This record gives sequence, structure tokens and C-alpha cells, in this order.
Amino acid sequence: MSEVKNRPLHVETKQDVTILFAGDSGDGMQLTGTQFSETTAILGNDLNTFPNYPAEIRAPAGTLAGVSGFQVQFGSKEIFTPGDKIDVLVAMNAAALKANLKLLKEGKIIIANVDGFDAKNLQLANCKTNPLEDGSLVKYHVYAIEIGKLTRMALEGTGLGTKEIDRSKNMFVLGLLFWLYNRPMDYAIKNIQEKFKKKPEIAEANLKALQAGYNYGEATEVFTTRYEVKKAQLPAGTYRHIMGNQATAYALIAASKKSGLPLFLGSYPITPASDILHELSKHKNFGVKTFQAEDEIAAMCAAIGAAYGGCLAVTSTSGPGMDLKEEAIGLAASLELPVVIIDVQRGGPSTGLPTKTEQSDLLMAMFGRHGESPIPIIAANSPADCFNATFEAARLAVEFMTPVICLTDGYIANGAEPWRFPTASELPDFKVKFAAPRNPNDAPFLPYKRNENGAREWAIPGTKGLEHRVGGLEKQHETGNISYDGENHELMTKLRAEKVEKIANAIPLQTIDNGSSKGKLLVLGWGSTYGSIKTAVRDLRDEGYDVSHTHLTYLNPFPKNLGELIYNFDKVLIPELNAGQLSRLIRDKFLVPVEQFNKVQGMPFTVSELKEKIIATLNQKEK
Amino acid sequence: MSALDLQGNGKKLDLPVLTAKDFASEQEVRWCPGCGDYSILKQVQAVLPELGVPRENIVFVSGIGCSSRFPYYMETFGIHSIHGRATAIATGLKAARPDLDVWIVGGDGDLLSIGGNHTLHLLRRNLNVNVLLFNNEIYGLTKGQYSPTSPVGFVAKSTPYGALDYPINPLALAVGAGGTFIARAMDRDVKHLREMLKRAHAHKGTSFLEIYQNCVIFNDGAFEDFTEKDVKAENDLFLEHGKPLIFGKNNDKGIKLFGLKPIVVDLTLPNVSKDDLWIHDENDRTKASILTRFFDEPGSEHYMPRPFGVFYVEERFCYENAMLDQLNLAKQKGDGDLDALLRGKETWVVS
Ligand code: SF4
Repeated sequence: MSEVKNRPLHVETKQDVTILFAGDSGDGMQLTGTQFSETTAILGNDLNTFPNYPAEIRAPAGTLAGVSGFQVQFGSKEIFTPGDKIDVLVAMNAAALKANLKLLKEGKIIIANVDGFDAKNLQLANCKTNPLEDGSLVKYHVYAIEIGKLTRMALEGTGLGTKEIDRSKNMFVLGLLFWLYNRPMDYAIKNIQEKFKKKPEIAEANLKALQAGYNYGEATEVFTTRYEVKKAQLPAGTYRHIMGNQATAYALIAASKKSGLPLFLGSYPITPASDILHELSKHKNFGVKTFQAEDEIAAMCAAIGAAYGGCLAVTSTSGPGMDLKEEAIGLAASLELPVVIIDVQRGGPSTGLPTKTEQSDLLMAMFGRHGESPIPIIAANSPADCFNATFEAARLAVEFMTPVICLTDGYIANGAEPWRFPTASELPDFKVKFAAPRNPNDAPFLPYKRNENGAREWAIPGTKGLEHRVGGLEKQHETGNISYDGENHELMTKLRAEKVEKIANAIPLQTIDNGSSKGKLLVLGWGSTYGSIKTAVRDLRDEGYDVSHTHLTYLNPFPKNLGELIYNFDKVLIPELNAGQLSRLIRDKFLVPVEQFNKVQGMPFTVSELKEKIIATLNQKEK
Repeated sequence: MSALDLQGNGKKLDLPVLTAKDFASEQEVRWCPGCGDYSILKQVQAVLPELGVPRENIVFVSGIGCSSRFPYYMETFGIHSIHGRATAIATGLKAARPDLDVWIVGGDGDLLSIGGNHTLHLLRRNLNVNVLLFNNEIYGLTKGQYSPTSPVGFVAKSTPYGALDYPINPLALAVGAGGTFIARAMDRDVKHLREMLKRAHAHKGTSFLEIYQNCVIFNDGAFEDFTEKDVKAENDLFLEHGKPLIFGKNNDKGIKLFGLKPIVVDLTLPNVSKDDLWIHDENDRTKASILTRFFDEPGSEHYMPRPFGVFYVEERFCYENAMLDQLNLAKQKGDGDLDALLRGKETWVVS
């Protein structure tokens, strides 16, 4: 390594940067990306991440199918998406380069691990020639670095085997990127030490590789520019870094505290929802009971049992699991018991795209059960918003004695962003009152008598004088006795529906997120498309377009003023990661023509495709 | 009243003296006249007052089927749920509320066919609940299709040419699944049934009690070989812990074990002694396993009398208690602090 002091180093300030760490599934790119993002968040940049990995745990090494990526956009302005196009592509092998080159902006940076471009890797990636040498990358700034070799050199003498040493090369990359973007390493160092507490030799190897990467940037003349991204002007407050599924789990614990109800989760492992089960099973000191059931059905049924017993009962799953749970969800609707059902949506139908995102369970949440079985639906719009949506789902469930479906999806569940977390005291209480014990001389207990919300009382076993039977058969109004009477069935059907409708009185009115409240075009979104729509509309408004954005959290019932809000615009555009599910609901409910924009590629919308669609919609001639 | 501070304070409860009548709800019982379910309901109502559990702490959970109407007739808490899922619902309930006395009632279709999977997992988890399997070898509520316990060749509405499915042996299945209390009774022998109900309740763990129940309408007489006075003694083997396996009208037949092979011996023969017989040991899983294989139809080649009573008992930890232990252990390090959780390890301030 050459000693270079005072070399001419150019520092360039950037407003936002998008980096994609790409490599083989076994290359540790998710960890590298996460570490980079956490440090970046702590530094005060706003950011948004997008882990994108194959469904196979160990897809064939070196192949295009095995490429795993972690994309992060960070900046000194507010960031709502992981970025459409990237500024830096870290490619640990030929396949990673080939799979992602189309995302790289012209003139931007490729950091390639030369060792991943040998004959074997080129063959596995179906490259006839070596892109690092054949001149095909002239439009980019290529830094071809022998990352594997340099890591081995740095770790010589540690006594570790080649396999362990090679596993540390992702840390070399991390160190280099830290240097390039001027980030301190102390947080990552602390994390690595903690992660490998039980294996100090591995921790040391990782730290050495990290330092070697940093030094490489510092000491060699390869890089002539270093970048700076100033702190973002976020709303004042204390922030932390959070992932969507983690936020969901925290919200459930918070709801348990705030309701005074013990938390019970019944769940069956499924991608991409399992992290909710993992996270909650750690927090037993909050009295959280987690039950890994034998199947999805049992998970939901166990939650029903726990709800009947007086717990804040939850089940978490993804699409295929929802299919299986629906019968039991119908039972919960009929028993009128509170259960929070978290559906982390993924590409369907059937097994579909387990690790890719989609918003295609909305109509299933709405209509997926036999019979008239309306259920409230809430959707989260960002990783941090998973907290708000889940907490709200819990509140509505117990206040209205009903199952509530909370929709998130793979994109926000695994994505991360800075979160201005609330304090415990800022969160609203929603204390629950169970039905009171009764004496033999009191009037008979009426399990299906309703309050002003239309909700029945929560009468838990163990309460004297409340012995009663409930079931999936139709119940007589108020008494809850079995009833096959047609008129009573119609009344009960109506009462159950009215109860759900009354939730509209307990939720906030819909507001315009950005733009004027009257105008040419309203972009109406829901769920995880928030970031992309927000960014597209912000950019277009800056460019002078007459477009507004509103985003739905409550999908059933809709906020009371939604119709009015929509009628104030000439046109409505609904972008969704499905074939047009909210579009159907809006058309049906408000009888307005809706312009659809749909995508089902397992990926979120890019800002540019949204902008194009919005402009096209604005320019459309009236039919 | 909070949900979780119920009893458990070691104090003796001042219980009013209850009778069977106090456990009968006001609902009119709607089984077919003569159905075996009546007898079982009556015995359960008779036994409950003796158990000393307050009525409000008892929950009956059922699935779908004739027998699953059971909770409606009990003046306790009850859930009549969906087909096959009573076990799963009861699991959640008991895990959430270990203080409750939970009973699961279901038929052979409910617990062994559509809900078979949950039954397996309930048994291995060993929650302290009681399962009453009303086995009538038929689908009654849907008007007479063969069930998972119907014999091969069984002619029913859906099998005009005879059933092809080899029947499930419920108790062998329960042993295989790691059940800790396995017993059999019948609707017609009410004294024995009451005793079995009490034993099932006394066991700490999942008690699996199969009850032969006659469906007069669609499968009348399915168990007559075991329930009718004239043949009963020859076909039934009543198990008692520590006692030799003896049956027959004059208690003149015994069962001996040759290695793992049971054989019937004639006690009237000169060199056959009671002392050589198989002594029933409820805690021996291998022998219990052999007993569950006494499953052939009377008259068949390897016929052995059908055992009734407690086959197997094992003391093993209950899932809900172990779950609670983990929670308490975690809490020893301090109750969860919501602010600390939300704040996490690393934060930064934007001003
Ligand atoms: S159909 Fe059979 S099992 Fe059902 S109630 Fe009638 S007799 Fe009993």
C-alpha cells in the first residue's frame, strides 16, 4: 500500500445517495446494508431501505437467481423510498453486477469485487466476457478491487480458516463505504462486538476487515472524491432506526400495556411475517405469551381461545396463511371477539412470490369469508407506520369487540427507516372493562346486548354469574341463544355490519397529505405505496403540476368524509401493487370513474413511473 | 375484576353445594331420542359437582357434530366452535388462562378427521385439559356417512359399495402422539364412565377419554358386542391398575404376555394360575401400547377382548405451566419497560 499524505482529495456534498449492496446470498449483503443504514440513521440522515433477496435460503452460489440485494437511499432531505435508480452499485460477483446494472445511473459508481469475476463466476452469471475488462462499463466509474484478496491479506496470521476469512469480506466493503461517505465506525464496531460476543475471534476478524476497508479508502489513490451527506431536516425529536415487523411487534406490546390486557400471539412461521413471532417471543418480561402453533388454522383458533379468555389476542401471517385462517376469522366475527390479524402481504396467488411484495390481499380481507362477514381493515404505510397501524388495530378490536385485519407487506415489513418513537405516556390508554360478575337474583346475563358502539360485552370465564354459551351458529339478538329464525338472522347480520360501520365515528377524517383540497387530479393510495406516491407528487408539485395526494389508513370502514374529498377533484388516480383492488372498492362505494395504475412485479413503484403516469393522466383528453 | 387474579391464593373457596341440576342449562336437549349422548351428558353433569370447581371456572369447548352441541346444555362457560378446531381453541384458552377448567368435547369426525392434526399437537403439548371423544363410528349430523373410525367395508350413504379406508385406532394414535392420560369408556356403563370422567379430570395433563357412543339413527348397535349384557363379559376387559387382566362371564379367562405377544389363557385349566397373568401397570407405555392394539373385531383371528379403563398415565409437565415459568423467569430480571423498548439501544436527536 502506498503512503499518501495530503493527496488531493475532493469532497463533494450530496443531497441524497442510493447505494445497492449486491452479492451472493451467502455474501452477507443484508448485514452490510443494515449496518450501513443504522450508522447513517444515527448520523441524522433520513433514509429508507429495501432488502431484496431470493426465496431460496441458499440459491445456487454465483448465479443470477442467487443474488441478494440491500438498497438504501439516504439524504439531507426527507426520504420516502429506497430510490428508483442507484448511485453506487456494490457488486460482489458477476451475477450481482449483471442483475442490477440496469438500475445504475449513468456516470455513477460500481465497486466490484474482482475475485467474484473469475472464469467460474462469469460462467455462472452467463457472461461470455468479463464486463470489468471488455469495455462494456465505460459509461460508469468502475472501481475494481480485489476485495477477497485484500481481506485475506488483512486477516493473515489471525489463525482463522479461509472460509471464515472469506466471510469477512463484506466488512471490508462496509469499511470502504464508511470511508467513502465519511461515516464513523464506532456504532458498527459496537454492534459487531455484541453480535459475536461468544466468538471473539470472529469479532476480531470482522473488525480487522472493517478497518482494512476503511484504510484502503484512506490510503490508496484509487478514490479521489469523498462524499458528504448533511443531516436531514426532520421534524424535531428523538429518533431511532426501525424495521416494519419490529414496529408491529412493539405496537402489540404497547397496546397490551395501554389496554391492561396480557398479550397472546398465536402464529405459524411464514415469510415474510415470521419476524413478528421472533420479536415478540423475546419479550416475555412484558408477560407476552407466544404460541407457535401446528398450523395457520390453529394459530388463529388459539388466538380466539385467548381472546375468549380475556387476552389481547393476535395472529400474524401472510397470504397463504390468511387463506387458511379465514374460516376461523369468520368465527371470531360471529363470536364478536377481538382478535388482531396481521397480514404481511406477499406476491400471490398460492405460494406466489414469498419474498416479494404485493398489495393483493385487500379484497380477501374485505370479502374473504363466506356469509356476510364484514371486518375492519387497517393498512400501514411505512416501516415506522406499522407501529401506528397495529396499535390502532388493537384499539379498534377491543373497543368494538371484533376481529381487525391489519395489512402490511413484505416491502415495509422488512424495510427500515428513522422513527420518531413515542414515549409510553404519549400513547393513548384504552382500558378495557370486562362484564361484571352477577348475583343469582340479578336479571339474566345477555351476552349479545350491545352498547352505543354496537359492541357486546366481553364476558370472560372465571366471572361469577356470567356462565353462558357462544358459538358459530346464528344467535338470537341479545340472549345469544341459538336461533334459526330468518328475521333474527337478518337483524343480526345488520347489527354486525352496523357495528363495523360505526367505527367510522371513532377514526380521524381523511386529509390531503400534500396539495390542495380541490383540483384536477387526486392520487389516492393506501398502504406501502405511500413513500413513492409522496415523492412523486412532491416533485411534480414543485414542477407546477396540479396534483394532490391522499393516503388511506382505514380501508373498512372508509373515513366518513372520503367521498366528499374525492368529489372535489376532476379525476382520481389509484396506484396499487395489485390488479386494482382499492379501485373496485372506491368505484363501488362512490360511483366515480377511477384511473387505475397497477403493478405486480414483486417490487414497489418507482417514483419515475408514478410521475409518468400522473402526467399522462393529467394530459388525458376527457373521454 | 381482573382476568388473572382468580384463585391461586391457596385459600379454600366457600363453595355452595351444587347438584347435577345446577350444571344443566335451560336449553332443550335436541339429540335424537335414545342417542348415547344423553347418557354422557348426564354422567358429566353428575360428576361435575363432585369436582369442587366453581361453575364459572369451567369451560366446555366443542367443534361441529352431534356431540359438539354438548356445551349448550351445560350451565358453565362454553364455546361451540367450528369443525375440528375445538382442540386448537382450547389450547389458546388454556395457555392464556391456566386457572380455568377446560373440557373439549367432540366426535370421531371432529377430533380425528378434520381436526386430527390439532388433536395430535394437543396431546404432545400436554395442556391440562380433558378431551371427551364421543366415538360413534359415523357422521351423524350430516346424516350418515362413514367416519374415520368406521370399519373397512362399512356401508353408508357415501359408501354404497363399502368403505375402503382403514379405520383409525384412536387410543393407539394417542399413545403415539405422546398422550399422558389414555382411557376408554362407553355410554352404557354409566358407573364406569363416571369413574373415568373423574380420573380424567384428576390427571394433570391432557386426558384423552374415548367414549363409545351409540348413534341410534345411523349406526345403531355399532358397539353392541361391548355394551350388551349377554356378550359384554366375554368381549370386555376392564383394566385396573395393579390387577391381573381377567375377563369372561365367570372371570375364567386371563391374558398372559409372552415377550410382547399377548395370549388368552383359560384359568380353569389346572396348571394356569392367576399369578402368571399380565398385571396392569398404568405407567408402562409399552404395555399400554400393546393394549391399544386389542382392536380386532370380535370373532376375528387374533381377537383379544376390548379394554376399557385407564390404559396409560404419565406425569409430564403441562405446556401452560412451562409457558408461565418462562414468563416468570424473564420477569425476574425486571418487568418490561415500554419506554426502554421503544427507545431501543441507539437514538439520536433532531432539534
Ligand atoms: S344422529 Fe346419531 S349421534 Fe346424532 S343425535 Fe341422533 S342418534 Fe345421536
